[in-house]
Amino acid sequence: MYYSRLKLASVLGVCLLGLLLCLPNGMRKPLPSIPWRQIHLGLDLRGGSYLLMQVDLQSLTHDRLQTLSENTRDALLNAHLGYQNIAVDAAKGTISFMPRSAAETEADIAALNALPRAVPNEFSVSKREDGSIALVLAPESIRTRAREAVTQSIEIVRRRIDGTGAVDPEITRQGDDRIVVELPGISDPERIKALLGTTAKMSFHLVDANPLHATYPPQGVSLLPMADPAEGGPLPVFDHVDVDGSDLTNAGAVIDQQSGKWAVSFSFDSIGTHAFAAVSQANVGKRFAIVLDNKIIEAPVIMSPITGGNGQITGGFDAQKATDLALMLRAGALPAPLSVIEQRSIGPSLGADSIRAGMISLGVGFIMVVAFMVLFYGRFGWYADFALLANLVLMVAILSLFEATLTLPGMAGMLLTLGMAVDANILINERIREEIARGRTPLAAMQTGFEKATSTIIDSNATALLAHVMLFVFGTGPVRGFALTITIGIVTTLFTTLLLSRMLMARWYARTRPTSLPV
Amino acid sequence: MLGRPLLRFVRKDTHINFMRGRFMGLIVSAVLSIASLVLFFHPGLTLGLDFRGGIVVEAQTPGPADFAKIRAALAEHGVSHASFQSFGAANDVLIRLDAGSEQDTQTIVDKVRHTVAESLPGTTILRADAVGASVSAELFRNGMLALALSLAMILGYIWFRFEWEFALSAVITLVLDLTKTVGFLVLTGFEFDLVMVAAILTILGYSTNDKVVVYDRVRENLRKYRTMPLIDLINLSINETLNRTLGTSSTVFLASLPLALWGGATLSGFAWTMLFGIVVGTSSSIFIAAPLLLFMGEGRLKRGAKSGKATAPSA
Repeated sequence: MYYSRLKLASVLGVCLLGLLLCLPNGMRKPLPSIPWRQIHLGLDLRGGSYLLMQVDLQSLTHDRLQTLSENTRDALLNAHLGYQNIAVDAAKGTISFMPRSAAETEADIAALNALPRAVPNEFSVSKREDGSIALVLAPESIRTRAREAVTQSIEIVRRRIDGTGAVDPEITRQGDDRIVVELPGISDPERIKALLGTTAKMSFHLVDANPLHATYPPQGVSLLPMADPAEGGPLPVFDHVDVDGSDLTNAGAVIDQQSGKWAVSFSFDSIGTHAFAAVSQANVGKRFAIVLDNKIIEAPVIMSPITGGNGQITGGFDAQKATDLALMLRAGALPAPLSVIEQRSIGPSLGADSIRAGMISLGVGFIMVVAFMVLFYGRFGWYADFALLANLVLMVAILSLFEATLTLPGMAGMLLTLGMAVDANILINERIREEIARGRTPLAAMQTGFEKATSTIIDSNATALLAHVMLFVFGTGPVRGFALTITIGIVTTLFTTLLLSRMLMARWYARTRPTSLPV
Repeated sequence: MLGRPLLRFVRKDTHINFMRGRFMGLIVSAVLSIASLVLFFHPGLTLGLDFRGGIVVEAQTPGPADFAKIRAALAEHGVSHASFQSFGAANDVLIRLDAGSEQDTQTIVDKVRHTVAESLPGTTILRADAVGASVSAELFRNGMLALALSLAMILGYIWFRFEWEFALSAVITLVLDLTKTVGFLVLTGFEFDLVMVAAILTILGYSTNDKVVVYDRVRENLRKYRTMPLIDLINLSINETLNRTLGTSSTVFLASLPLALWGGATLSGFAWTMLFGIVVGTSSSIFIAAPLLLFMGEGRLKRGAKSGKATAPSA
């Protein structure tokens, strides 16, 4: 029942500190002298878009298997081993072939096992029942690739989104193969979806001039479609990359001087310039294909050697397409396509409505709970209300300190916390009433009331805490905001009810030494 | 000002014989829960976007929403099977589409958005959500996992703090509460989504809390009155904690009420479910959890000095 001045001062000090931490939320401009931490408004309150994107595992697997199958062919040829029916199955992650004869099986397996692995235990090689040999990618290695792809993609995604002028985008990894993109203020994310859904892998290849190869492309030549089917049918293009699009230093949308149409101009770095010059010098008069994501944008004829390291693509673009392609070339290619699997966008007016709805509910709910406590518990009710106010302040303070995101369900969580928080005061007050009815002195009644209510208060908060921690772990989006505010609210509730309101009651008793209690 | 309390729920010498209605309470509860179970299987819960996947576009049209015109415009762009629903004001329209393939879901949502905006100039798109089938399955799994784990942890906690008779009757009561809440969701047609999982978890937490307070008192009285028949002892415990039970339900109720009235489309379903849950959770503490304890504990619960797992002081 006795609380020292020091203890009182420190409890009030915590409340005051809480009040200070709340302040930045009400001001627009940061003060330079104090740490400035604010609560972030969730997308459901400020409007904006949430995109959940997934790295295309199949495409990653396919790319890796393609490289491995080329390595396999080379290794077998170098070892003078024969093979038949080499097949790549991206869905299963396997490469399989029949050895020339059963006698070579051991040697084949040895040659494949000697292939360089990107990560330890990337794949295993075994003989199957039908006598064929299979190279199987380990699922773990695909996951590792996905993780790496996500890491690389995040950087590129950020550059692409920054290029659109979006304000405060948040780009975070989720799990092994997912990226969350949050775009405050952008309620129509279609352009961004298109930008992120394109890998933008650009490369330059020579076109195979042999007319026969247009129908039956041999090994090392692929038949690629035109990006714009109106430009003509597929062309046979050599697989060998003469110049890589990643060797660009700059790209921009321009209007072509001759045709007056939109085009994308680019300049190479020294490696690119050198390669481009060498290829164009040796192949004057031949067609050179500019390939973007396995589609030919254009295949002009090389008129003269290009040594300046600058070029231009005219692929029938409009202004937007040219700008976006330039942006993607500057930002770099994604290691694998990203596809949107969840999209949520909220318009600014709905967000504003939600803030208003949340604020009105919070205000009305708070006043009703405060009034209830005063009507039912008098003076001790006022103390409970003071603690309730401190509870709200501390909740906001902790949320600000963590720079947490406040969502509409989060505001509901705050309100419910306030409704539940006074339970502790009700328990204490009811217990004191009972003890008085049993004929105890005010001091003894208050002491017993505090003591006996404590374990019940802890019990009830512990069960609520368990439930909401689970919700935080397994929930997503706004619901996590709900779980977070309730979890923080339980901590502040324990502080304000077990320390603050009790202390206020005890100090009042010590000051006035009443002969009867106002219960 | 207002130094003394003006109101209280029941006088301190209240002795209501709640246990007289014990069979009635259990029968009514069982009937309601069985009815809820039937509703759960037919017609079943209305799954929200989170759990079902698909597309929801919410728009505000300049005049009263003309569903036929929007439907025709969408059909022109190859989007059929859309369902329309008005909510709130007459110029608000909610367009729903079921989930197709992952890629389709994402392209159709943009198509719907543009078609609606173009066919009715001056329309504001309030919200456009598209959840792929794989994500919705995952959200559902995680939601159920959160629900199951929290339930298990709550039970573990009560078991740890009380004797098994208490824990078991609390568990049964919670399950009965849960089924009734499900029945409520089916009847009202509120969408079952992640926010609703949060509401159910909060209700379970609240209901547990309420039972813990009553049980705490029963345990305390078991030590105090060694010879009192269990039925009287439980009655006494309920009466002694009645003011607190009603008080806390009232404050939680008062806190949820404004959300139900003004919380907007996102929260009103959540808040009405909370309100229902508070009423169910409070009454089940008195009419279900207590009688169950009586049936299970008669002649079994230990009397007198500190017993079993009951070690902490109680309120």
